[in-house]
Amino acid sequence: MRRQKIESSKTKKERLRTFGKNIYRERALYILFLPVLLYYLIFAYLPLGGIILAFKRYSPALGIFGSQWIGFDNFIKFFSSYNFGKVLWNTVRISICSIAFNFPAPIILALLLNEIRCTAFKKTVQTLTYLPHFISLVVAVGLLTDFFSRTGLVNNIRASMGLERIAFMMEENYFTPMYVMSGIWQQIGWGSIIYIAAISGIDQELYEAADIDGAGRFQKMYHITLSGIMPTITVLFIMQLGKVMSVGYEKIILMSNDLVLSKSEVISSYVYKLGFGTYPDYGYSTAVNVFNMVVNVTILCIANKFSRKVNETSLW
Amino acid sequence: MKRKLTVGNVIFDTFNVIVLLFIALICLYPIYYCMVASLSDPTALAAAGGFMLWPKGIQFGAYKSVFANHEIFSGYLNTFFYVIAGTLLNLFLTLIGAYVLSRQKLTLKRFLNLFVTLTMFISGGMIPLYLVMKGLNLLDARVGIILVTAVNTYNLIMARTYFSTIPQSLEEAARVDGAGEIRILFEIMIPLAGPIIAVLGLYYAVSHWNSWFNEMIYLSDRGKYPIQLFLREILILNEVSAASQDFAADKMPLAESIKYATIVVATVPILFVYPFVQKHFVKGVMVGAVKG
Repeated sequence: MRRQKIESSKTKKERLRTFGKNIYRERALYILFLPVLLYYLIFAYLPLGGIILAFKRYSPALGIFGSQWIGFDNFIKFFSSYNFGKVLWNTVRISICSIAFNFPAPIILALLLNEIRCTAFKKTVQTLTYLPHFISLVVAVGLLTDFFSRTGLVNNIRASMGLERIAFMMEENYFTPMYVMSGIWQQIGWGSIIYIAAISGIDQELYEAADIDGAGRFQKMYHITLSGIMPTITVLFIMQLGKVMSVGYEKIILMSNDLVLSKSEVISSYVYKLGFGTYPDYGYSTAVNVFNMVVNVTILCIANKFSRKVNETSLW
Repeated sequence: MKRKLTVGNVIFDTFNVIVLLFIALICLYPIYYCMVASLSDPTALAAAGGFMLWPKGIQFGAYKSVFANHEIFSGYLNTFFYVIAGTLLNLFLTLIGAYVLSRQKLTLKRFLNLFVTLTMFISGGMIPLYLVMKGLNLLDARVGIILVTAVNTYNLIMARTYFSTIPQSLEEAARVDGAGEIRILFEIMIPLAGPIIAVLGLYYAVSHWNSWFNEMIYLSDRGKYPIQLFLREILILNEVSAASQDFAADKMPLAESIKYATIVVATVPILFVYPFVQKHFVKGVMVGAVKG
């Protein structure tokens, strides 16, 4: 017994030594990695430590460490606030609508493009649909406001058809449709690249075999093309599901105004408002963000587990 | 693959072409309209009601005003600085980081990969990062804007995946010749990484060009603002800022055309970047799709 113990401690020491030797041998690589390591330490892990703010009542005079601990008070304040249900529901609603419409759109575009024989036409359509992806959110929302204003193109068309003019950007019930629709406009072409690439990897003989079997066009589209890109679709879909509780704040902030606020405020934009608004509350803002992060990670884990069971495709 | 000329096929193809043309048109029209509107006479523009195929009553006054406006001009220069300096730093850090992480036999490989990937899922959020920036004296500094987005983890993983597909034999041959890590990276890996550098460069450049949020919260001196922040004032906030006041004071009739001219000036340059990297694109996107 005793001898064994001595031996195992010796191997432990030896292992440590070889470990140290290996690190030393690879020193050039670690030195090379140093700037990247520093970036992550300073701009990712140092702020991560700032999470303790969520459990404090922050006062600028006392700083992060000097401020008073208040336990879970910030979280309780959020859960019991009038905004909690509203902000949560807005996030889920906007997110689910985005997934329901923005996710299939590029797949449909890729399938339609695949049916085009004329390469020049296909290339032109593809390139044109990429354009909106490069337009900044500021400009995209600016154009949206412009085209959907009371005197904009859309309302002019409506008026010429005898329909009433609607101030789309000022009506809270139009917020989600406008958000989702402009999202499709910006991402449909760009999102289709990956599916087009996946389609080009499908074995052409499958189509020929299906022709011999007398398969129709839609049958081939469904049974060969769509099922050929199904693994790609699955992986991208899980990634989308993982983001269900994280609606980006940039576009929300750009699109929202006082008239639509009750439908536009999502968790992330609420975090921004709490931290940088008229009465900044750093502790509260951080707490809301921590809540969001915990929910996100949980959902991602569940989505991944689910997909591993169902599809044998998973992110990790 | 030949297709029979049946009625069903013809109907489907026609329908398909019409749908695709419609989608392409909707994607193109808004930006095309901005170009046309920026060149048009204000009265013709007002009468058109958002529908215009050709510029009417051509004028170039709008562009002259845009470039004569000192805020927009300085915003433009700032944007160029953020894009060029930012992208260079991004590329440098992403490439060295990806190279190290892609080494098969690295002892700390698993640890470093976890160290990097974790940051995609957990972060301190807006306020702690803001306090870090404040603590480092990076608020209201151009260099802060570049440093805070110096590495994008998604792009880093994409580059790592690309490097790990480069055959080991090349590297081993160089090692036999006595090449060190730095030489292998710069003389073997980087020359072979053309496609991924093009794709990463495009991603980073576009994100810097279009960025406004970080600049909004970290900068307070308007002289350091990028053009997107001025655009936001003009397009969305309708704020009475120095930028719009300049226009309002003496060039009121042109105000609408100027708005579109500013959009064109702030959008068209970045659109021209894409064609240069197009041929590398599908490859780059596919590499990115392979799970890390």
